[in-house]
Formats: sequence, C-alpha cells, structure tokens
Amino acid sequence: MEQTPPDPERQVQPASLEPLSGPDDDLEAAVSKEADGAQREGSGTDTMTENNFFLKKIEISVSEAEKRTGRNAVNMQETYTAYLVETRSAERADSQSVLTDSLWRRYSEFELLRNYLLVCYPHIVVPPLPEKRAEFVWHKLSADNMDPDFVERRRIGLENFLLRVASHPVLCRDKIFYLFLTQEGNWKETVNETGFQLKADSRLKALNATFRVKNPDKRFTELKHYSDELQSVISHLLRVRARVADRLYGVYKVHGNYGRVFSEWSAIEKEMGDGLQSAGHHMDVYASSIDDILEDEEHYADQLKEYLFYAEALRAVCRKHELMQYDLETAAQDLASKKQQCEELATGTVRTFSLKGMTTKLFGQEAPEQREARIKVLEEQIGEGEQQLKSKNLEGREFVKNAWADIERFKEQKNRDLKEALISYAVMQISMCRKGIQVWTNAKECFSKM
Amino acid sequence: MEGERRASRARSSDLPAGGDGAESPGGSVPLPAGSCSPALLPADVLDLDEDEDDLEVFSKDASLMDINSFSPMMPTSPLSMINQIKFEDESDLKDLFITVDEPESHVTTIETFITYRIITKTSRGEFDSSEFEVRRRYQDFLWLKGKLEEAHPTLIIPPLPEKFIVKGMVERFNDDFIETRRKALHTFLNRIADHPTLTFNEDFKVFLTAEAGELSSHKKQGPGLLSRVGQTVRAMASSLRGVKNRPEDFMEMNNFIEIFSQKINLIDKISQRIYKEEREYFDEMKEYGPIYVLWSASEEDLVDTLKGIASCIDNCCKATEKRMSGLSEVLLPVVHEYVLYSEMLMDVMKRRDQIQAELDSKVEALTYKKADADLLTEEIGKLEDKVECANNALKADWERWKQNMKNDIKSAFTDMAEENIHYYEQCLATWESFLTSQTDLQLDEDSEDKL
Repeated sequence: MEQTPPDPERQVQPASLEPLSGPDDDLEAAVSKEADGAQREGSGTDTMTENNFFLKKIEISVSEAEKRTGRNAVNMQETYTAYLVETRSAERADSQSVLTDSLWRRYSEFELLRNYLLVCYPHIVVPPLPEKRAEFVWHKLSADNMDPDFVERRRIGLENFLLRVASHPVLCRDKIFYLFLTQEGNWKETVNETGFQLKADSRLKALNATFRVKNPDKRFTELKHYSDELQSVISHLLRVRARVADRLYGVYKVHGNYGRVFSEWSAIEKEMGDGLQSAGHHMDVYASSIDDILEDEEHYADQLKEYLFYAEALRAVCRKHELMQYDLETAAQDLASKKQQCEELATGTVRTFSLKGMTTKLFGQEAPEQREARIKVLEEQIGEGEQQLKSKNLEGREFVKNAWADIERFKEQKNRDLKEALISYAVMQISMCRKGIQVWTNAKECFSKM
Repeated sequence: MEGERRASRARSSDLPAGGDGAESPGGSVPLPAGSCSPALLPADVLDLDEDEDDLEVFSKDASLMDINSFSPMMPTSPLSMINQIKFEDESDLKDLFITVDEPESHVTTIETFITYRIITKTSRGEFDSSEFEVRRRYQDFLWLKGKLEEAHPTLIIPPLPEKFIVKGMVERFNDDFIETRRKALHTFLNRIADHPTLTFNEDFKVFLTAEAGELSSHKKQGPGLLSRVGQTVRAMASSLRGVKNRPEDFMEMNNFIEIFSQKINLIDKISQRIYKEEREYFDEMKEYGPIYVLWSASEEDLVDTLKGIASCIDNCCKATEKRMSGLSEVLLPVVHEYVLYSEMLMDVMKRRDQIQAELDSKVEALTYKKADADLLTEEIGKLEDKVECANNALKADWERWKQNMKNDIKSAFTDMAEENIHYYEQCLATWESFLTSQTDLQLDEDSEDKL
C-alpha cells in the first residue's frame, strides 16, 4: 500500500522501540476486552492483524470512566468524565502483557487529537469519534451525557477510535498519537505547538472551492455522492430502529402486568390458581427479557453510527481534493492570463481588455523601456507560475493517488465491518426469538394445566 | 357436520356439556359415559379424535348430576326427552345451531340501524321447521335479554355486547365495531342455546323464528318498559336489606365476583393495550425493512446481505400481523365477554338478594304484626319456596358458569401462548435461513479466495 513519504517530524521515535521496519513485518495490536463484558466487534481484531504496521505489539484499551469535577477555562465549576487509556506491550512468547502507559484523557482531548489528524493527513479517511451527545435514542434510553450506560458506550467508542488509529498503516506512526498514549501532562500544549491549526483550511475557502471547481476527479464526485447517500440512509435507519425499539419495549413490558394480576386472581381460584400463578411468573420473565435484548441492539446501533460518522470523514477527503483542484485551476488560469498579457505586450496587440490597455489607448503608448520592464516582470512571474503549477500538479496527483489508496482500504474495511454488524444483528434476533419460544412454551404449559 | 362447524365458529360460543341443550331436565337420568357433547371444544379443535372428546366427557358427568337435582325450574318436555334419547348414541347432542352474520345497514327517515341475519337449524320437535332465517337488530337482542332476566332472575344470563363503546369510537357503524358486535351477538345466542334452562325459553324461540311483524306484536305482550324500570328501582332498594342475611355460600360467591370482576377488568385493559402496542410495533416495522433495501442500492458489495435483512424484517412483520389477528379473534373477545359477565353476576347477586329481602321483610312483619299472622305465614311459605328455588338455581348455574369460565379462559390464554410461540418460530426460521445463506456465501467466498 503506497503512502505519502512520512514527515520525519511526525514519525514515532520512542526510545525503547526498534527502528522503523517495512510493511512486511507481522505486527499486531490486540483488543483488550473489559471485565464488565463490553466487547468490540470481532472485525476490529481481524483488521488489525492484517493491516497494522505498528512497531511492536501493543494493546490499547480505554478501561475506565470516571466522573470528575474541575474548573474550566472560564474558571467555572464543571463536571466531566475522564477515561483511563492504558497501553500494554504484549510479549510474543507468552501471552503476558506488561502495562507500559496509563493516563487519563477527557473527550475534548480525543477531539483535539482527531482534529490534528484531520489537518495533518487530509488524504486519509480519519476514524470518527463516538457521538458527543446521545442521538437517535429510543425513549427509555437516557439522552443524558452523564448516564452510566451512555458513558459506557462512549468508553467503548473511544477505545474503538484508538484501535482504528493504531491499526491504520499511516496514522499509527504519528508522534502526536504516540504522545497521546504516553504523555499525560502537557500533551495539549505539544499539539498546539505544532501549529496545525494554521495549516487548517478555512471552511469558507473549502465551501468556495466546492462550488467553483470545474474539473474535479470524477471518482471524488461519486464518492461525495456516495457519502451523502450513506449518511442519509443510516440516519434514517437509526431513527426508525429507535422507534421500533420503543414499540418492542412497550409490547414486552405490558405483558408484565399480566404477572401481577394473575397472581392476585390466583388467590380466589381453587383449580386455576396454580396455573395462573406460574403463568404469571413467566409473563414477568418475558417482560424483563427485553432490557438485555435492547441493550445488545444498542451495540448494533453504535456500529452503524460509526459508519454514519465515517461518511463525514469521506466528505472531508473529497473537500480537500476539491480545494486542491480549485487551487490548481486558479493557478493555471492565472498563469494563462499572465502569458496572454505577456504576448500582447510583446506583439502590441490588445486582444483582451485590460486596464493597461485602456490607459494606453487613452493616454498613449508607453515607452519601449517600460514595456520591456513589464514583459520581463511578467516572464519572471510566468516562470515562477509554471514551477508552482508543476508542483501543484504533482501534489494534486500524489494526493489523489494516496487518498484513493486509503479510500480503497476504507471500502474494504467498511464492507467487512458492516457485513459483520448485519450478521450479528441477525444473531441477536435469533437469540430473541429463542427466548420468546422458551417463555411462551412455559407459559402455555402453565395455562394448559389450569 | 357443516352446520355444527358454522354454529360453533366463535370459540367462546362452545360451552361444556354442562349446558347441553338436549339433556334431561327434571329427573336424574344418568347419562351413559361417552354420550355427551364435546361442545366444550373450540371450533378448530373439533378436529380432535373421539378419544379426547371422551376424556372431556368424564369430567362433566359430575356437574350434570348437580344440575339435574338442583334445577326444578327446567321445563320438562316429553319431546325434548325423546330428542335426548335419540341422540344418546351420537357423539354430539347439540340440536340447535345458530349463526349470526351479514350485518346490513338500514336507513329510515328517523334513524339508521344495523340488522344481523340469524340462521337457526334445529331438529327439535317444538320448532315448526328445521331451518329459520330472520333479521334482528340490537334492540331485539336487548329485549330478549330483558325477558330472560325477568323469567330467570337468578340464572346467569349471558351478556350482550355494549350499546356504545365509550372511548375511541365516534362512528357507531365503524366496520371493526360491527364485526366485534356481530361476533359477540353470535356468542350470546349460542350461550343461551347451550344453557340447560334458557335454551327452552319461549321468548328465545320466538326471537329465533318469528318474522319481523310477529316479533313486534309478541314484544308488546308482557310487562311494559315502565314497570320494568319500577322493578329495578325497587330491586336496588331492597337488595341492600338482602345483603344482611345473605347465606355463607353467597357471601363467598359475592366475594369471588368482586375480586374476579376487578381482575378480569384489568386483564381486559392489559390485553387491549397489548394489541395496541403490537399494532404500533407493526406500523414501525413496515417502515423499517424498506430502508435496508434503499441502502442496498448504494452498496454493491452488501446487496445480498442488506436485502436479506429487509426480507427477514418483512417476514417478521407478516408474522406480527398474524399474531395480532389471533389476539383480536380469540383472547380479546373472550376476556371482554367475561368483563361483561362479571357485571351480570353482580346484577344476579342483587336480584337474589332482593328476593331474599322480600322474604325477610315479611318475616320481620310477622314478628310485629300478630294480627295478620295467618296471611303472612302463608305468604312467607311461598316466599321461602321462592328463595330456595332462586338460591338453588343460582348455585347450580354458578358451578356451571365457573366451569365454563375456567375452560374458556384456559383455552383463550393457551391459544394466545400458542400464537406467540408460532410467531417466534416463524421469525426464528426466517432469521436462521438468512444466517445460513450468509455463512454459506462466506464459505463460498473463502474457498474462491483460496483457489
């Protein structure tokens, strides 16, 4: 897989690590599973085994979340959640892993890291962060950021983000990323010192380019279109799924009422009493089973959400291309008009409207020395312009090549991940059906014994 | 038998042989085992083989004996006895088959109303013909119920569907409403037909057989509306007195009725709510599947998987629909009927109490008015008989009713459980087949890669 020649500044240079090896090394980063049972989708492990170029085997985990209070930038009290990021190096021989680094990060620091990566690697489809605020919630699920379930799902999402970065052939080598995992204090300052914010393209510039670019690479136009569709369809899917979850919850929970009433009724029934009572118990079991079922489904929704946010990352790459292309087109146009001006001056014909041409007409021809001087300036500018155009062209082509390589990688990842998510959804449904059959078979037996 | 199937279409219309119409009334003729009607069984379970029918029979024999000894009010008709003997060898003693169908709207200048077609098929001698077809409106049913209550104040008369639905239905002639009512009216008539006493009621026969004109003239006979209202008022007032001296059995019965009424009402509400939630779930699911299809249009590599999921969801949708209709066809009508029954039971208790109160007041009068002692004693004697008859009738009918209730409830809930099992089995099948197809594809892809 081809990559942009790595910027030496950004390369990982940790003291204890071996020197940079080539792409053929067999490297892996494993997912560390948490004690409370939260699991990442299996594809993560597979992806990393194949694609990871990290120097040595490491394991990254976001293992804990803690509520903290502190003072914010304007010296006001605030509550936030901090996440424990642990890095372990796994020895090859045995499966013992040694904790090498452990530090606390809050969501805003993850955001900073991502923004940095976005600016510095515009040709890469940068993995997204989990949502900042809970969206597409079905009503029983809390939309509160401090809700433990939300925090838990966010913890998993953050871990997922780090693992995706660590398994990316280019991003994993980034120094700032390495420092994020290893340097707790001063990391923010270090990032800001890189001055990456200055390199960021302004939104306005990007928007302008989108509208005015004449010849973007067709593939990027298609990709943009695809990402719009992906975003739209997944949003819709998540919305409806949340509504379906709501309704399903209702169906299950109402059955729970039978439990109570059957129990009370059984008190006055001699023959039917036992049957009613035990059937009621099964109704309670049925009603409470929905909680776990929907919790599992929430995991599925999170998997889809990741790709919803990935769509935005795709669009960012397309925008960068449009910007570069627009820049190129503008430079080319500029050069062309200078060449024309030069030619006109040289031959004395005025074919295009220019202020100089007008004033010349009005105030008379300028002196030959002045004309020569101007031609010389223009020729210099044209020379420079041609150089710039050449380098811009090269840059542009490099960008397209590298971006497209990463996009291909992304597409394969996406297909794998989504397929797996969809299959696991089917598995969830099967489990739900089996539970349903069990409960109702038990209930039926109780009813028939009444 | 065709007619039999049609008559017993609604589950709840089939009642255990405790209410078999062709039984012997007055005397205690022990019926040979195996001769009783399996009318207990719901329509589609009638396909069971004879053995199962026989098992049900044994459990009903005991209650039959009770009814025979406790129901002095059952008309003894030689013809009905003959009918009964004739049917002894057959597995089904039912000789009166009623269906209610074909609701039709009638518009007059004054009002709009619905009539229902009632078809009766019978082999009973007292009926002039073996088949009747008449049209009746709800008012006629109300009249019939009133007459039955009048004639048998302490029997448990089957309930009629409500006059109006309080909430939700603005349009009186909404299709669902009419269909629900039709089914309930069908059940009503069949319950009467299965009741050992009520089935021989004269007004019932007139209701089933008289042409429109005949019916209205028949209706005009007998106590008018006003007198009936008067009766009700008096009944309310004096029933309170009857409560004081209510015998132990009836205290227990009353207690049961109170609690049962509470619980069945709750169950009715819960069941209606479940239906509503299932419907809303269905509506959302209908929208859910197509989104996966939409998505498949932009994903060339995931088309099969996405379309597969969409089709699973659609199948689950269909299964939900079936589950819902099962609920509305079986559980909801049965539970609702018993809600109405519980109200009936309370009225029956009140009427019994009122009859008792009449006696009690005369007895009280006797202790204070020595003058009319003889007259009072005579009256008291008559009233004591009346009270005893009323109590016995109620006791017998109570046992029968409880048995029916147990069977109906059991059957309805077993059916609901069955519907749910079936629903989940269908869903399971569709998802499993999807999963298999995906893993098969995976294996194919893997083997292709290896090649």
